[in-house]
Amino acid sequence: MELTGAQILVHFLEDAGVEHVWGYPGGAALPIYDALDTDAKELKHILVRHEQAAVHAADGYARSTGKPGVVLVTSGPGATNTVTGIATAYMDSIPMVVLTGQVPTNLIGSDAFQECDTVGITRPIVKHNFLVKDVKDLAITLKKAFYIATTGRPGPVVVDIPKDVQNAISTYVYPQEVELRSYLPVTKGHSGQIKKAVELMLSAERPVFYTGGGAVLGDAADELIQLVRSLGYPITQTLMGLGAYPAQDQQNLGMLGMHGTYEANLAMHHCDVLIAIGSRFDDRVTGNIAKFCPNAKIIHVDIDPASISKIITVDVPIVGPVKQVVAEMNQHLAGMDKGANQEAIDAWWAQITEWREMNCLKFDESATKIKPQAAVKAVWEVTNGDAYVTSDVGQHQMFAAQYYTFDKPRRWINSGGLGTMGFGLPAAMGVQMAFPDATVICVTGEGSIQMNIQELSTCLQYGLPIKIVSLNNGYLGMVRQWQEFFYDRRYSMSYMDSLPDFVKLAEAYGHVGVRIDDPKTMRQQLEEAFALKDRLVFIDIVTDPQENVYPMIPAGAGQNEMILV
Amino acid sequence: MENESGALSRVAGLFSARGYNIHALTVAPTEEESLSRLTLVTSGTAHQIEQIVKHLNRLIDVVKVVDLTDGPHIERELMLIKLTAQGAFREELVRLTDIFRGTIVDVTATTYTVQLVGETQKLDAFIAAIDPALIMETVRSGAMGIMRGEKCLQL
Repeated sequence: MELTGAQILVHFLEDAGVEHVWGYPGGAALPIYDALDTDAKELKHILVRHEQAAVHAADGYARSTGKPGVVLVTSGPGATNTVTGIATAYMDSIPMVVLTGQVPTNLIGSDAFQECDTVGITRPIVKHNFLVKDVKDLAITLKKAFYIATTGRPGPVVVDIPKDVQNAISTYVYPQEVELRSYLPVTKGHSGQIKKAVELMLSAERPVFYTGGGAVLGDAADELIQLVRSLGYPITQTLMGLGAYPAQDQQNLGMLGMHGTYEANLAMHHCDVLIAIGSRFDDRVTGNIAKFCPNAKIIHVDIDPASISKIITVDVPIVGPVKQVVAEMNQHLAGMDKGANQEAIDAWWAQITEWREMNCLKFDESATKIKPQAAVKAVWEVTNGDAYVTSDVGQHQMFAAQYYTFDKPRRWINSGGLGTMGFGLPAAMGVQMAFPDATVICVTGEGSIQMNIQELSTCLQYGLPIKIVSLNNGYLGMVRQWQEFFYDRRYSMSYMDSLPDFVKLAEAYGHVGVRIDDPKTMRQQLEEAFALKDRLVFIDIVTDPQENVYPMIPAGAGQNEMILV
Repeated sequence: MENESGALSRVAGLFSARGYNIHALTVAPTEEESLSRLTLVTSGTAHQIEQIVKHLNRLIDVVKVVDLTDGPHIERELMLIKLTAQGAFREELVRLTDIFRGTIVDVTATTYTVQLVGETQKLDAFIAAIDPALIMETVRSGAMGIMRGEKCLQL
């Protein structure tokens, strides 16, 4: 079939089963936009209001579905506006393909209008990127891009396509296969190592599972639940790993790390065998690495060899897909005649139960001020804990992670690695587009929401009934908290004056706005807001500005050095 | 690695982004046109070197990485050095070049250009043996290396 490059792109996306493309047109992408108009059948393009939002939306789609997100933008500013979104996806290993228009090949390097070195600018924040110089290479390059983005440790891939390549004509056949001699992702963990790990697990007296985003992205929840339940060991998750193990299960100690629970962090500190699965020993988890798990033998399962022994040297490394490795661990355990050291495990649980009784997530209820924790809890109750929840970055993110407990994977969608404010609303668009009938909540704050508030317009155009829960304390709360703790309460630039009337703002965009400022009416108002199934509702909740996120491990401290209240 | 435009900057970018040092780097296409061979000299603790190797392997354009210092290997660097060669120094520099098994590859009435091949330390020693005032210009390739014996870096 003879097609233009632009048509090849559209046909390829359809043949690859892509449902949604998030984007924004411009000069160097016009042939592709024309081909979308003439050639697209099933493929749906969603027009955002800012290219950064296109990337976050594709990201939210990818995190919630497991399928790659796809973005289409023009050259120059279109491409540079995607950078924050790409870096966000890169840090959290999200499969994504970003297609960028480029000036014609004969103008590359001439400082042409809307020209930038997209491949150069994005190189450090992508898994790989391509500049397509010949239309004959386009289809196979796209195939490579999707293959690289979705296999091994997933990540974003950028394909930069000059305008003349979009216009040039070539024969199109969908490439069924792709092979890259320099890229061979591991598909199976080493059986000897897996066996060794199982034996170490069984020898443990004070074990703890520490699982991360890899368990969610690797779709390993079922295998993980089987493993953890059959051993009866405690488990804690990272911010990125929430949902891979049911939050309400007795064996779950909740989140660990800087704002993790008392019991999770102390279990980490005192454990003798640490089983790290799809987690990467991030500094927000480990705290001071010199004080990290001082008595533990460590097992680490990860798809990426470079993650292993990067921060902490481990005793039993296993490179492989989490799902396969954990399944093989389960097989080994089933075939073994000895089990866990029950006496030691019982004593360990007795100790953990004592830590749990500290009830570290308790907070003072108030009759006059809405506590942000109470707001998140109320949202959880109103939605039966069964919503998709995206968040921005700051105190509200931590409150959401702590109090909206997640029983299923891919329900909690936030920027963990890069910590990108402005992520929540566009990410929620991606989730809502993937699951039109689901309840999708964006937990945000009055600071973060203003970083991509223009997307309220996109939400109206596509009828996305997202529920925005804004914990409005008038402060950049997490900045304020650090200033209170570590900068002698000098609240430099953390107070935001002249906030808009968010109710009117929502209404101006054609949505429903609700302001909640009384603890007594909160529950009722939330119920009314969530009852509006077909409307986007901006729920502006006025919360106590003095509230802090606890527990907290100050940066550089050990896991047993928590501030509790 | 793949002989693709941009492959080299991925390697260089990795080193700068992660704070590793590049002491020397040399790269050229091989007999198989689609492949380039790159030799890079760096330094670090065993842990850092392990990380460098892992991160290089993660680059899509990198086909295979070996740490040549893991086993017996040959290391060579090429230097071209332009020297002021006048009066008594003309004889002296010829003798010195002979001692280092170098070759004078260009001669004018007032200069010699010496070509010298060897391990980096040998090239350093040659420079140290010459009066700095005589050195007009030096250009060095950076070390390249190959494993001894039948062992090969093969795909």
